[in-house]
Amino acid sequence: MIRRTLTIAAFLMAFGAAHAGVLPDDRTDVLYHLYDGGGVEIDGPSVLVRKKVGKSLSFVGNYYVDMVSSASIDVITTASPYTEERKQWSLGMDYLRGNTTMSVNYTVSEESDFDGETVSFSVSQDMFGDLTTLTLSYALGDDLVRRSDDPTFEQPLDRQIYGVGLTQILTKNLISSLNVETVTEEGYLNNPYRSVRYFDAGSALGYSFEPELYPNTRTSNAVGVRMRYFLPYRAAVEGEYRFFTDTWDVEGHTASISYIHPWRDFTFTGKLRYHDQTGAHFYRDVFSRSQATNFRGRDKELSPLTSYTFKLQAAYEFLSDDGNDTWGFIKRAKVTASLNMLSVDYHDFSDLSVGEVLGSEPLYQLDANVIQVFFSFFY
Amino acid sequence: MNGKLLIAARILLPLLVVGTLSGCGGIEPWVKPYERDKLADPIMALDGDPVSTAYIQHVFEAREGARGGEGAAGGGCGCN
Repeated sequence: MIRRTLTIAAFLMAFGAAHAGVLPDDRTDVLYHLYDGGGVEIDGPSVLVRKKVGKSLSFVGNYYVDMVSSASIDVITTASPYTEERKQWSLGMDYLRGNTTMSVNYTVSEESDFDGETVSFSVSQDMFGDLTTLTLSYALGDDLVRRSDDPTFEQPLDRQIYGVGLTQILTKNLISSLNVETVTEEGYLNNPYRSVRYFDAGSALGYSFEPELYPNTRTSNAVGVRMRYFLPYRAAVEGEYRFFTDTWDVEGHTASISYIHPWRDFTFTGKLRYHDQTGAHFYRDVFSRSQATNFRGRDKELSPLTSYTFKLQAAYEFLSDDGNDTWGFIKRAKVTASLNMLSVDYHDFSDLSVGEVLGSEPLYQLDANVIQVFFSFFY
Repeated sequence: MNGKLLIAARILLPLLVVGTLSGCGGIEPWVKPYERDKLADPIMALDGDPVSTAYIQHVFEAREGARGGEGAAGGGCGCN
């Protein structure tokens, strides 16, 4: 059940690099990713191939795998550790005509208990002497949620994503972007395996569990602003802020600052990211009784939390596009390694794994390392 | 209060869009193409590694309740 979060990320990959007046570079990326934290280990490859055909068409394909081994706090509290695999394929096309780029992308995702399909479209237009790029995008997702322990269980989930992006050159050293994104979902939104807990005087620990029950609609709005500035020496600094709000009363503020420093054939990047959010209106760490409210959830991602991320990245360009040396049709190549250290403080989610009685459990805290190593070839 | 803001936005936004677009012909690019060498440097690319960006967005969306609006928007440096 790693699933639907990737749809929006795939949406970003489909259109994130869209440039209106020019097609994206031909490239192949081969990436290995590893997430390790909170009893969960997820790793796998991601391969992207992009190639122009003629002067106005570019095709892109991506294959992505998550191999999951989970003994997370949710799993060890109310279920058994498990392993699973998730695969995703996507195919897209960009068509350039004048200053306009039109893109279409199709993504399929498969898990043992989840299937997802997404079709997305976008149009980008360069304006004002190519200082401004406006992008309008739309995606339609059609998912199916199942249960691994109940073959008769099958529930649909539909999703629509509307996006408006504006990239603006402000000065000869400063570029900025503004993104507005609305996501509407309707269908089975809760996790079929997760439980909430409620006071139960008859239980040894003082509480018992029952299945969670979410509303079947959710609409969210996000507005993000980025600015990247070329420093007086050859280096760049970037600031980003995102405000998020949704109909479940989750409100989030995310801010980050990055520094990018090239040195010889290397490029080093450091980034600090901060995220703070309120909890969903139906979230409780413990409910007063069984079926206490119409909707109920105990998903730690929907609880009030603060997260901090520190990123270090180094890229080495081992083949430069200087005309001196090429590997056949490959003009440029680089290898990149990055480490994201993620730390999440949950303000209202108790750690039940310690087995303490109700009221004396400590709050849960998560530390995770996210490693990526990837080769990029440009041709 | 929110209702008044919404009404004002509904009136002002189309006026702003129409006003902006009607002025398109008269806007001179204030950063000339020959002044965009720094913006064309790879270190100024808003999304130089789309596979890596999509992956880390996925991680944040899985670990936090918020989604969307982060990362790169469409658009380049206008250097082509």
